[in-house]
This record gives sequence, structure tokens and C-alpha cells, in this order.
Amino acid sequence: MHVSKHLSVFVTFTTLGLFFGSGLLYAEDKKSAGSGDKAAKAEEKPASKPAAPDSAKAKSKVAFHAAQTDQDSIAVPSPPFSEGIFPCSECHEADDDVDLTPRKLEDEHDKLIFRHGSRDRWCFDCHNPKDRDKLRLASGRLVDFKRSYLLCGQCHGPKLRDWRAGVHGKRTGSWNGKKQYLLCVNCHNPHMPKFKPLKPKKRPRKPSEITYKKK
Amino acid sequence: MSKTPEEKNCPSDGGCGGGKSRRHFLKTAAGAIAATSYLAACDEASREKFFQKHFKELKDEDKKKIVARLEKEYEEKYKKKVKVGLEPPMEGVRFGYALDLSRCIGCRRCVYACTDENNQSREPEIQYIRVLEMKKEHGVELAHSDAYYEADKVPRKDHFYMPVACQQCENSPCERVCPVGATWKEPDGIVVVDYDWCIGCRYCMAACPYEARKFNWGEPTIPAKDVNPDMHYLGNRPRSKGVVEKCTFCIQRVRKGKYPACVEICPVGARKFGNMLDSKSEVRYILQKKRVFILKQELNTKPKFFYFYGA
Repeated sequence: MHVSKHLSVFVTFTTLGLFFGSGLLYAEDKKSAGSGDKAAKAEEKPASKPAAPDSAKAKSKVAFHAAQTDQDSIAVPSPPFSEGIFPCSECHEADDDVDLTPRKLEDEHDKLIFRHGSRDRWCFDCHNPKDRDKLRLASGRLVDFKRSYLLCGQCHGPKLRDWRAGVHGKRTGSWNGKKQYLLCVNCHNPHMPKFKPLKPKKRPRKPSEITYKKK
Repeated sequence: MSKTPEEKNCPSDGGCGGGKSRRHFLKTAAGAIAATSYLAACDEASREKFFQKHFKELKDEDKKKIVARLEKEYEEKYKKKVKVGLEPPMEGVRFGYALDLSRCIGCRRCVYACTDENNQSREPEIQYIRVLEMKKEHGVELAHSDAYYEADKVPRKDHFYMPVACQQCENSPCERVCPVGATWKEPDGIVVVDYDWCIGCRYCMAACPYEARKFNWGEPTIPAKDVNPDMHYLGNRPRSKGVVEKCTFCIQRVRKGKYPACVEICPVGARKFGNMLDSKSEVRYILQKKRVFILKQELNTKPKFFYFYGA
């Protein structure tokens, strides 16, 4: 009895030790995996450290960041313009006078329903008054309609990040090769982005509804 | 008067006669004649099918012959050219699937894309994916889920939707219980069924906690025009009556680098798929950054189908 008591204590402590030890090892593995990914992510964010304002260094960092996003154009289909609406410059000349007062449009584009933060936003928060064939970012930088995702990503940053990774949006293409990307606007109407509900397809047959035909 | 075998206290198999009895001989002979005549009456194809070995035991030439025979059989049945592939698993690949519960609207387009791609019987109806409707206030509670919901528009207010199909478990109960070994996990993680080896006992259906497996109670029927001619031996080739089938992650597509049919059809982009061993794949991104859970975790089936909340 004396021997078995010691033996049971020994076994208990060894087992506990193994459990804790393996738990620590597992945590080690997870940590190393996490830091490995952080290293990979750091390459994408060169301007993550806040720089001193108005210094040449800060300006060069911003320029570098902008240049990076210019280089990483993702292949997307052309924007789904309505018939005849583009190029906008066919109607809107560059030197036209522009009324920048937020208002409801009455002459043209009056059929357009705007429901995208319409209480605080209107057309020229995204569209560029002087050159209508481009969109305007908050920084003043102009982007093509082909890269409108940069504009959407200003407010919907996490979505843009997920979209670049292939995690947001309809997924087609090849899982081990080139993924096919769509523009945000291929699925989301930029003026009225909320999805309309769909009619679901037919429900499966219940077991009670199955009948057997005698041959 | 000679005594009867019973009076002589002889064993019933006729041991007293110094060998086997007449009864025993006649039984054996009848059995042998029946078997031989059955096999003789079969055509070449049926005989080959009868003696076909388990898929894992087949050599490459045997597989090619079998596939050629199957292609001929299906072409005769459906009057169109088909290709039954034998693509092996890719190296360094373990498939994973992720489904965004915050996005699924329950439109069931995945269900029908799957039946179109995988040549499932239309009558009796077989569908690999079951979309469950649940109330948001209850959360994921399978006991109160409804697979038979009908609505004019989805998503219905205060409801969310969870499609369930084969979870391709790492520790699959179905594989464990199969008495003949007709189902196994391939090196790329897909749990497959050899339809020519399955005896239709349905133990796997009893073992599966996700109701993922479907049985061909009747002779499956597909209209010839709806048959998808790109097939795989372990995947979407037409099944026969009396075998079990289930989602194979569209093995005929993914082994060629394509996405499963359900991933591509989803109109809201709720479904994601990829190689879990590739650190840059979507599935890895989701597993590392999103709130992920698996169904029936307490059963330790270790599924490769992950549900997450992307929004």
C-alpha cells in the first residue's frame, strides 16, 4: 500500500507535467506561426509608423505608400456603367461652372436613388467636379473608375483588406492560381449598396412527401 | 434393415458415411452451378464489375480499364460523351472550407449548383447541401433549425442561415464504421466513397453526426441533358441504386485547381475554399483572423469545414 501511494503520486505529477509541457509547446508553435505572418504583413505596410509632420521624410513615406498602391492594380472587369453614361466628359466639360451645394438633382441624374450615407454625403464626396471621368479620394488624389476599390476602401478599410486577400466577395477562378476578382461595384451599387433580398430556390422534399410508385 | 443416419448417432453433416453425405454434395453442387451460370449469363462488363478489386488495391492499368468501361457504360446510358477522371491528390495540399454565416442569405443556389455539377439523382431527389434556417436570438441551435423553410424573399427578418454538407472530418466516424472499407480519407483530405465497393449497409449514415451522407433508395434518374460529362471515379460519376454518396468538395474540379461549384455560385461570396497548408490561401487568412467555429466540436470529428463571421 505504501509503495502504491508513492507510485500514484508520481504518476499524477508526471501526467500533469506532460499536459502542461505539451500545452506550452503548442502555445510556442502558435506564437511562432503568428509572428511569421506578422513579418509577412509588415512588407505591405511601409508607412505604419507615424512620422514627424512637414518633414521631407514624412512626405517621402506618404509618396512611397501611394506609389505602392499604384503598383498593385488587381485585374478586374470593367466597371458596370449604365448605357451611354461614360465617359462623363462628353457632357461635363472640364472648365464648366460647378455648383458645389449639396442638393437633390433635378435636371439630369434625377432618377438616381442615393442611399449611401445620404444624410452626410452627396455626389462630390466621391466624384471629381473638374474631371468627371475620375473619382476623387479624400487626399485629393484622382483615381480611375477601374480602381474605384481604392475609394471604397477609404471608409471600408477592413473590407478592402479582406477583398485583396480573396476573402470578401464572390470567389471564382483557381484556388491554386489566379483568382478572379470583381470590383466592389460589380456587386454593390455604389449609390444604393444594400443588397435586395432574393427569392430562395425550392426547398428539399420532406420524407413524408416521398411517394413510391408501384412498377 | 440399415439404420438411418439419426439412429446410427451420426453427425448431421453425414460423417458416418466415411466422408460427406449425398445431401452435402448436392447442396454444394447446386450452389456451384448457380454461381457459374449466373456469371456465365452476365456479360463481360458485369463479370468484370463482379470481380473488381477495391480501388486502393487497383494498379494504374486496371484503373484505366475500369474507367474506360465506365465511360462506355455512361455514354450508352446518357447518349453523350463523358470523361471519368482519375486525378490523384496533389502534393502538399489539405483542403479546407470556410463559410461566412454573416453573409449567407439562404437562397439555396449552392444546393442546385451542387446537384447540377455532381450528377445527383433528380428523382428520387438527392441534395448534398442542407441549408438550415435558425432564429438569430437563439443562435446556432440545430435542434430548432429548419431545413424546409419557404419564403418569398430571403434573408427573413431575425433569421440566419447555415448550409451543412459533408464536413470532411479528419477524425471521421463514417470511415471508422464502414464494414468493408468503402469510404476513406484521401491524402488531400477529402473523404471519398468507392461506389462500386459500397454495399449499402448505411452504417456510415448512422455514424455521421452531420447527416451529410445520402442513400440511393431508388434507381437514380438524371435527365441526359443535365448530366455533367466531366466526372471523377471517386466523385460525380453517376451512382447506382443502393450506394451511399456525399459531398466530395467537387473532387473533379478541385484536383484541377478549380473551386467547388458551390463556392463559385454563391451570389454573396459567403463560401471560401483553399489549401490549408498554403499560408497565403483565403482559408488560412480566415482561420487566423476571423471568429471561426466548427459544428459539434464536442464530438471530436475535427471537421475541415469552418464557419466564421466575416462582418
